[in-house]
Amino acid sequence: MRFIARVEVSLRPGIADPEGATIERALGALGFDGIASVRAGRSFQVELDATNKEEAQSTAASLADRLLANPIIERYEIEVTELS
Amino acid sequence: MTSRIGVVVFPGTNCEHDAVVALDQLGADASLVFHTETSLKGFDGIVLPGGFAHGDYVRPGAIARFSPIMDAVSAFGNDGGPILGICNGFQVLCEAQLLPGALQKNRGLTFLCKPTTLIVSSTRSVLTATATVGQELSIPINHFSGSYTCDSETLSMLRDQERIVLRYRENPNGSIDDIAGITNEAGNIVGLMPHPERAISSLLGSQDGNVLLSSFLHSSSTAQV
Repeated sequence: MRFIARVEVSLRPGIADPEGATIERALGALGFDGIASVRAGRSFQVELDATNKEEAQSTAASLADRLLANPIIERYEIEVTELS
Repeated sequence: MTSRIGVVVFPGTNCEHDAVVALDQLGADASLVFHTETSLKGFDGIVLPGGFAHGDYVRPGAIARFSPIMDAVSAFGNDGGPILGICNGFQVLCEAQLLPGALQKNRGLTFLCKPTTLIVSSTRSVLTATATVGQELSIPINHFSGSYTCDSETLSMLRDQERIVLRYRENPNGSIDDIAGITNEAGNIVGLMPHPERAISSLLGSQDGNVLLSSFLHSSSTAQV
């Protein structure tokens, strides 16, 4: 079965995020009111073959740990969906 | 004895020749080692130079960490061999977990290319062994992701074990505790963001890089690898 794993990587809370802070200021300058905070991150879409969704989830977590995120400063969230 | 130094070249590395010239000028025998090699036999010291290894994709150093040569680099370091990571090389060493912490985007999000004044904070490393604590060195930086960060336990450990080897006099990038360079517990693996190989002649504005590189060569010539 083929799955798509969307891996969202963002900085851990407490780690300075100059990119998010800059976007926050820019949004204020553009006149957007009520922006409470902005955190920047990046997203990866990995297509992979696995026997079931759990295996796809586990593989995605493993590759996020080893390459896509640096656990020292970043965290990630994974969303796996089956491709039809 | 002449120190044989291997300067590792990843795709996208761009400071390897500067490193070779700087080391040779100080009497070393430096040569390039491509990242697909798997052995570092015959070298007394290893330099991971600056640049954009593997395009800095994902994060600086994230993919370089998996280059074939890195197993040999880890083994060399674990055996006590002197390893110096400059700029992108420092990022590679952190990603490879040969040094603790991580380097993130500069505070202010600007690429910085300018001379900085560094203060030698510890001589407990191959890079600073022959320098003096408190000594000021003028050495340029050239980076976008040079803001050193780590958790508070790691920072306490680095301080307690005198592993912060160089600090900025005026913090240019938001590094925690003004850190410009750190070492591992044994003192044989060092990473720093500034470029000592670009401060080797008064023609370049400073010769202070020689203080660090000659210390590294001295350590390499005496290391038993």
